Amino acid sequence: MKILVPIKRVVDANVKVRVKSDNTDVDLSNLKMAINPFCEIAVEEAVRLKEAGVATEIIAVTVGEKVCQEQLRTALALGADRGILIETSEKVQPLTIAKLLQKVVEIEQPSIVLMGKQTIDGDNNQTGQMLAALTGMGQGTFASEVKVEGEKVLVTREVDGGLMTVELGLPAVITTDLRLNEPRYASLPNIMKAKRKPIDVKTPSDFGVEVTSGLAVVKVENPATRSAGVMVESVDELIAKLRNEAKVI
Amino acid sequence: MTILVIAEHSNDELKADTAKVVAAASAIGGDITVLVAGANCDAAAQAAASLAGVSKVLVADNACYEHQLAENVSLLVAQIGKDYSHILAAASTTAKNFLPRTAALLDVAQISDVIRVDSSDTFARPFYAGNAIATVKSSDSIKVMTIRTSVFDAVAATGSASVEALDIATESGLATFVSAEMTKSERPELGSAKIIVSGGRGMQNGENFAMLETLADKLGAGVGASRAAVDAGFVPNDMQVGQTGKIVAPDLYIAVGISGAIQHLAGMKDSKVIVAINKDPEAPIFQVADYGLAADLFDAIPELNEKL
Repeated sequence: MKILVPIKRVVDANVKVRVKSDNTDVDLSNLKMAINPFCEIAVEEAVRLKEAGVATEIIAVTVGEKVCQEQLRTALALGADRGILIETSEKVQPLTIAKLLQKVVEIEQPSIVLMGKQTIDGDNNQTGQMLAALTGMGQGTFASEVKVEGEKVLVTREVDGGLMTVELGLPAVITTDLRLNEPRYASLPNIMKAKRKPIDVKTPSDFGVEVTSGLAVVKVENPATRSAGVMVESVDELIAKLRNEAKVI
Repeated sequence: MTILVIAEHSNDELKADTAKVVAAASAIGGDITVLVAGANCDAAAQAAASLAGVSKVLVADNACYEHQLAENVSLLVAQIGKDYSHILAAASTTAKNFLPRTAALLDVAQISDVIRVDSSDTFARPFYAGNAIATVKSSDSIKVMTIRTSVFDAVAATGSASVEALDIATESGLATFVSAEMTKSERPELGSAKIIVSGGRGMQNGENFAMLETLADKLGAGVGASRAAVDAGFVPNDMQVGQTGKIVAPDLYIAVGISGAIQHLAGMKDSKVIVAINKDPEAPIFQVADYGLAADLFDAIPELNEKL
């Protein structure tokens, strides 16, 4: 069984980004970049499925600039077998990424596409669902547990009121939530080994997909800021402030 | 403009989020239709018909919509929605599941988590955990978007729209509902609570959340948690407030033993009044708190419970 794991290069989760002074975008120059945390969880889950004898091959794929090979190497060091970079310098929106991944799915024929539920830069939470629509697959989004049983997969999903389990026929798209697993750290030997694993470089035009978007960014601004208030000295003072000043209790 | 709002409901009850999405639809302006897809969902449909500004309610009442499976609901919404200029739903886990699938079927983009309507084609949305706000203009023929309901005020229940049953079933055969484990609580839901008491890693274990529950009950509050507390297994996932959990904006948010990571702040910094109780006076949560108390929560919370 093949597993396809789409991943994305994003700014490190611990970095607070700033908006550019001309309000065209956020400023990512000189910031630490990393594999998106939800994608890392997807890679880990795929590796666990391989270790359990369920999966036989893991293919990591990403869409972006040449430098995104770094994150593909991270996925390879964590246990993916080979990588595909769909290289473009343009800003690619979720629908276009889904169309590119659809082409990869047609070629690779994976039984499961395992990917993050959202990236921490765009915060869109769309690509997996869109890919599932385009490929006609079922979808198990926001997964906290994945159980492959023969030609089916049981996915427990984190939903607003609790947990919901669905059964999907294979192939299927699964998007990961935070509680699915705790990703391992890549060992030094595995990082060295990853350097020799193959990465296939393609372009959107190789797949006949045009990079377009129905959305144009007009401007990017800072959110309304909140300034620190006052420190109170005691529980009594806190209760008094909430009752008499803020009038919220 | 013709706007289709997809109702958020539990078949027997319309969720408050729907009235907030209708408010966003009213800000766009135009004729508003609400689609209720469910099974034995007449009560939800009747409640939707009473929302101010809604002209028509369409009801797709079929077993294949009972659990809001994305594979089935997206086919329905794409089929009905192709005749509308806008399709709106709450940014809940239900719509986040089926609406991007719908958008792909319609070959249009989705705009996630809309927080402001500038015009019929221009909207604002947060990204980078709310550290930046993008204003985006859509050139798609159908604008598909999820609405961050914490920033829109619900419309009143003063309307009387017509209700029309749809004879339609779009069973995809791709997915089957197996089970649901829903958290039962007498306390208000996080999305609608006026006051929220949240606990973090500082709570040390799940049992200690009982203190926060006592406080919540005294205040009529809902109980939330940081990712750290959920990851540590103290409390269930549906209590998580943050970038990838629930986004809330209550009148009062009390953060207890929460340090204030970017991802947590993204979920609560629009609260009207924020109180932070943390023994570390340097914790980042104090930078957004209106009232900060640098104290051991195991002293402060029992004292609060005694004095309130």
